[in-house]
Amino acid sequence: MATELTKPEKFFQKRFGMNEPAFEQILGAALERKADYADLYFEYRNAESLALEESMVNHTSKSVSQGVGVRVCAEDRTGYAYSDEVTVDRMRIAAEAARAIADTRTREIAPVQVGTAVRRHNLYELDSTPLEIPVEERAKLLYEIDKIARAYDPRIKNVMASFIAEQKLVMIVTSEGKIAADTQPLCRLNVSVIAEEGTERQMGSFGGGGRVEWRYFLEGEKWRDYAKEAARQAIVNLAAVDAPAGESIVVLAPGWPGILLHEAIGHGLEGDFNRKGTSAFAGKIGQRVASEFCTVVDDGTIASRRGSLNVDDEGTPTSRTVLIEKGILRGYMQDRMNAKLMKMEATGNGRRESFAHAPMPRMTNTFMLAGEHDPKDIIKSVPKGLYAVSFGGGQVDITNGKFVFSASEAYLIENGEVTKPVKGATLIGNGPDVLTRVTMVGNDLELDSGIGTCGKDGQSVPVGVGMPTIRIDGITVGGTSS
Amino acid sequence: MAELDLNLAEWALGVAKKHGATAAEVLLVSGESLSAGVRLGEVEKLKSSRERRLGLRIFSGQSSATSSTAEIEPDSLQDFIKSTVDLAKLTAPDPWSGLPDAALHPHSFPELDLEDNQHRIIAAPRALELARSAEKAALQSDPRIKNSEGAEFDSGTYRVIFANSQGFAGEYAGTSYHLGIAPIAQDESGMQTGYWYTSNRMFEKLDDPAMVGRKAAERALRKLGARKIKTTRVPIVFDPQMAAGLVHSLAGAASGPTLYRGASYLVGKLGQKVASANVTLVDDARMVGGPGSKPFDGEGLATNRKNLVENGELKTYLLDSYSARKLKLSPTGNASRSVGSPPGVSTTNFYLAPGSHTPEEIIGSVKQGLYLTELIGFGINMVTGDYSRGAGGIWIENGELTYPVQEVTIAGNLKDMFSSIEMIGNDLVWRSSTVSPTIKIAEMTIAGA
Repeated sequence: MATELTKPEKFFQKRFGMNEPAFEQILGAALERKADYADLYFEYRNAESLALEESMVNHTSKSVSQGVGVRVCAEDRTGYAYSDEVTVDRMRIAAEAARAIADTRTREIAPVQVGTAVRRHNLYELDSTPLEIPVEERAKLLYEIDKIARAYDPRIKNVMASFIAEQKLVMIVTSEGKIAADTQPLCRLNVSVIAEEGTERQMGSFGGGGRVEWRYFLEGEKWRDYAKEAARQAIVNLAAVDAPAGESIVVLAPGWPGILLHEAIGHGLEGDFNRKGTSAFAGKIGQRVASEFCTVVDDGTIASRRGSLNVDDEGTPTSRTVLIEKGILRGYMQDRMNAKLMKMEATGNGRRESFAHAPMPRMTNTFMLAGEHDPKDIIKSVPKGLYAVSFGGGQVDITNGKFVFSASEAYLIENGEVTKPVKGATLIGNGPDVLTRVTMVGNDLELDSGIGTCGKDGQSVPVGVGMPTIRIDGITVGGTSS
Repeated sequence: MAELDLNLAEWALGVAKKHGATAAEVLLVSGESLSAGVRLGEVEKLKSSRERRLGLRIFSGQSSATSSTAEIEPDSLQDFIKSTVDLAKLTAPDPWSGLPDAALHPHSFPELDLEDNQHRIIAAPRALELARSAEKAALQSDPRIKNSEGAEFDSGTYRVIFANSQGFAGEYAGTSYHLGIAPIAQDESGMQTGYWYTSNRMFEKLDDPAMVGRKAAERALRKLGARKIKTTRVPIVFDPQMAAGLVHSLAGAASGPTLYRGASYLVGKLGQKVASANVTLVDDARMVGGPGSKPFDGEGLATNRKNLVENGELKTYLLDSYSARKLKLSPTGNASRSVGSPPGVSTTNFYLAPGSHTPEEIIGSVKQGLYLTELIGFGINMVTGDYSRGAGGIWIENGELTYPVQEVTIAGNLKDMFSSIEMIGNDLVWRSSTVSPTIKIAEMTIAGA
């Protein structure tokens, strides 16, 4: 592996001539007015994608992005400016634009001295990245997936598969003198299929990935499972009946349904909304927000996961933060600025989509710890309800706490048995209330397969979710059938 | 760094050809923007940006690859163009791929008035002042407006240059201005956000900031005390914002890529009835000053005005050249192109043609039903048309708006929903590139308690 990937600092120095005197000069300019803090975020990103449809890998693309963001903070004000030209002149212009949020300084301050390297985790050092695998080899896997998915059932009429890989080099330099740099690989393999029977058509999809090497997909033939899973879901849905409408007991399968935690409580526990008092969870630390069975954490330190980071996008090492402990609200996810204003610790949750965005508190991998129930007993305990296995997207209104997420595979539970598949089920609930209705938690914690992307304020970042099987007594299911 | 202009585009096309490309497209996109945010009267953020990217689509016979880069230096570009040609060669030949028919490229472009050259980027002090006055009006309008997510004023300029190896070259530029505010209302029942905005290509055509602020406050206040209702089937009146989202879904289902993949409920419905007879949906790329206007599409074909749905009948699909070839139809001038991806399909200025009813008449016609003002979640299955989303609004009782409703879902199927649009309002306002007047859908399922 080239040194520039193991030492991203060297890469930025070599490529753009970025060195300590340059940092000190720009950060000095950024702090010329009465600001508390300034930082620089350098990014260089390479990405490639291959896509198959109609049994052809007919779409390939690649991209190179580069840029630098200059941030200036003064109390709760943020000035941000960025440029995709990484030169000292452009950065000086950016620093002048960003510092406009601060008042004129009356006293001189000590010059900025840069040089302390931040200790970072080592969660995803790869021998080689999927970008180094020949395009032909990557394409070959997509052709295999096409075959497997079509072979699953003759009703599978179309298969779309894609493989996206990126390598992002980042470096954060702060006015406190710290330098943090990281090389962040990320990839994702996705399969979607269309099944057709008579006039009925349904889609199924599955995928996975993370900060992993190519061989991750080959080990245990994960790619084969993805193809079969997508096909299975589409075929199941061909027989689906309309979802019931109204309040119901809902059992959520383990893994990806953890998106419930992400939407229902995760966003509401991000520091910015709580500092501003705009979250339905504001001021509730120490209070009961879930049943005693629920312990929820956000953990950016799990090796190789899609939501993990060695350091966050402000240079703070990521951590494991207990959000809810046995039902009691314990903590928020914080970036640097919100932590400081709330007199709390930064938790390594300051993230951004790219150099074109200022960081804010975001989730990493958010999941509920395992409980004691056998998942079979959880389903058996339900006389009438819904068993939701997989979900499409979800959304939340932070302020009133209402959230929704849409099931892409769900079944009726009748007399303790999983019966007919249902389609078009959307679950809607109230964040501060939904986890108080959790009456059983399974012993089968699973993390998702590595497909999640979270959007907030126009910025997308990769995240992970996870959950054991849980039973929720009373959540509204939006369907059409009475 | 090289200047982004037609010369650079022509140079890149030449380099591609030299490395063995049989055809190519170059897209150069650049822009600047400034956004200014205030919260509770104080400056919260200022963001200034400058971006330039070069995008390529390279063909080697029937094989193609797309790429984009921000490294716009001749040396690194040479290598980058060559690597894209190499990638194209590794891609499977696709019998439907290729540039559009050269005879379809226009030779002249309409004047669409997309640029406010008098104002361009609004400097920070003025931008902050505009955001401040919107927020101030919201905060002062009612004592229950106690907090705010802030107000933001953005201005931006962009320039698009596009050229291909069969002689097409064109460029256009535009400006945009946006002022949005999200105040928070609070009483013993809890907190609610309201959001309102004004947006235009011309700075002076923006709505009065104070009016925008008051409207946002009203929208937050009217949600206070919202309750869940019992599961029921009733008429739903979509306010103009919610209706715009709904008509946008139909356009998505009518676009080429979803159709040839079999991923749309409108497969095979061309020429058939897909909505009630009062529904006409228009896509008009040539509206002077329109938020979605452009002189040529993402493949260099002429844009146009057409009815997607006319009196309930699906008149055309929305197609780029690739999906048109696959479906054995002609491209419709709706190719969209972002710098890093191959062409897709999008609407331009898209709207539901207004009817004759005032919104009050529409609400007045409902004995019991929901006036829908909010939707959350992504519960639309394009393949089947199944629709199930989180909803909020105001309960209608005997033709009058009564109490606010929340934590319910509305569900149906797009096919049935469009076929049961009973009334269409006369209140069409161009707030964004997809707009609709108020509409009434005969009946949908509300799931609640």
